Amino acid sequence: MIEIKKLNKKFGDLHVLKDIDLTVEKGEVVVVIGPSGSGKSTLLRCLNRLEEPSSGDIIFEGISIMDDEHHDINKLRQKMGMVFQQFNLFNHMNVMENITLAPIKLKNMNTEEAEKVAKDLLDKVGLMEKEKSYPAQLSGGQKQRIAIARALAMSPDVMLFDEPTSALDPEMVGDVLKVMKDLASEGMTMVIVTHEMSFAKEVADRVIIMDEGKLIEQGPPEQIFNNPQHPRAQDFLERVINLF
Amino acid sequence: MDFSFLADYYKFFINGTQITVMLAFFSVLFGIFIGVFLAMFKISSNKILKAFASAYIEFIRGTPLLVQLFIIYYGLPMFGIEFPDFPLFGQNVGDFMAGVIAMSINSGAYVAEIFRAGIQAVDKGQMEAARSLGMPYGMSMQKIILPQAFKNILPALGNEFIVVIKESAIVSIIGIHDLMYNADTVRGNTYKPFEPLIVAALIYFVLTFTLSKAVGYLERRLSTD
Repeated sequence: MIEIKKLNKKFGDLHVLKDIDLTVEKGEVVVVIGPSGSGKSTLLRCLNRLEEPSSGDIIFEGISIMDDEHHDINKLRQKMGMVFQQFNLFNHMNVMENITLAPIKLKNMNTEEAEKVAKDLLDKVGLMEKEKSYPAQLSGGQKQRIAIARALAMSPDVMLFDEPTSALDPEMVGDVLKVMKDLASEGMTMVIVTHEMSFAKEVADRVIIMDEGKLIEQGPPEQIFNNPQHPRAQDFLERVINLF
Repeated sequence: MDFSFLADYYKFFINGTQITVMLAFFSVLFGIFIGVFLAMFKISSNKILKAFASAYIEFIRGTPLLVQLFIIYYGLPMFGIEFPDFPLFGQNVGDFMAGVIAMSINSGAYVAEIFRAGIQAVDKGQMEAARSLGMPYGMSMQKIILPQAFKNILPALGNEFIVVIKESAIVSIIGIHDLMYNADTVRGNTYKPFEPLIVAALIYFVLTFTLSKAVGYLERRLSTD
């Protein structure tokens, strides 16, 4: 479904992503881990071109997302939902408006239809009663679940999660992870950047370890966590696993 | 002090106030319009638009309003752009237009800087979230960024309206029958050099004070956080 070929990203002199090759299959849950500064988030943000790749190509459902001449990146982004570390709910809109804005404006849904979809999604993330609330009135965990609902409202083919639980108080993390688990079990294709190792173990079909802009190891979670091959991967896992 | 002239001349002040308010209103309206576009140009990645906006803003803010007013009033007709010459409600429409054009061009530069600061104060994540949903840049600006920026800058925008009301007194010099011009007329007719100015000053103050209170009220109403 997504095919990344020789992807490079430079910020000035800083070489953040180095020749990344990666394929994500339909229905697959790929979890990206690695030390901070290793380029995980940049990789994820390149997938919908919130970051402009410096070179290389990304093929999404058979279409190069770099091909501006033949394909509208805005149309492609509609099929790639994204969830951010800082939630980024629209602060001047209530929950219902947050969720229905894009479907109404971009998919020509009428308000009634869009609100019905939104209500189903709110039910799914367990926040039915919050439709009239403003972001400022919600807790971090609630905001993030609304943000997931907002992304799902466009019925995307893939969901990108950029450290979705890193800005949350510990007691909120579970609610958000549960929503993500449900999504995974429904067969949603997901690419997740996270520090939640136990979540990665449980939900991932494949775990990827990045270090200094390179993809150093990938495989099923049992293999990655129990028997990492690359010395830097061993080093990283030793440090994070010891935390638990 | 003797204000008995008001019995005969109060209409001058009422008419003048109407013209002043209308002048300020249209100037701020067009000024906001110009300002929004200049601000967008200034933050855009297009170098030409950016340079144009910067030059405009620097030039307007670096020259006196009076000079700008004269350039519009005397300069445009030299290039074949004539202002209409007929009265409406006792006011020459061409003069009024020249005043509004000069004041909006001037105000636009200040409003642009207000908007630019307001847009840049909105968290970057808001634009990213909008774009990630597939909204084009223009729609994201219009639906997500500008409404939030507008809320941030409302106090500064209200201030600009107040400044425009006060500075509009300068257009009396090209013969617009605004509050200042009419106060001057009353001074001439009544041989009272002082009192009509006090009346004008009071009216200006009531206008600006009311406005600043209204902006404060609106600001409180709009705050959701």
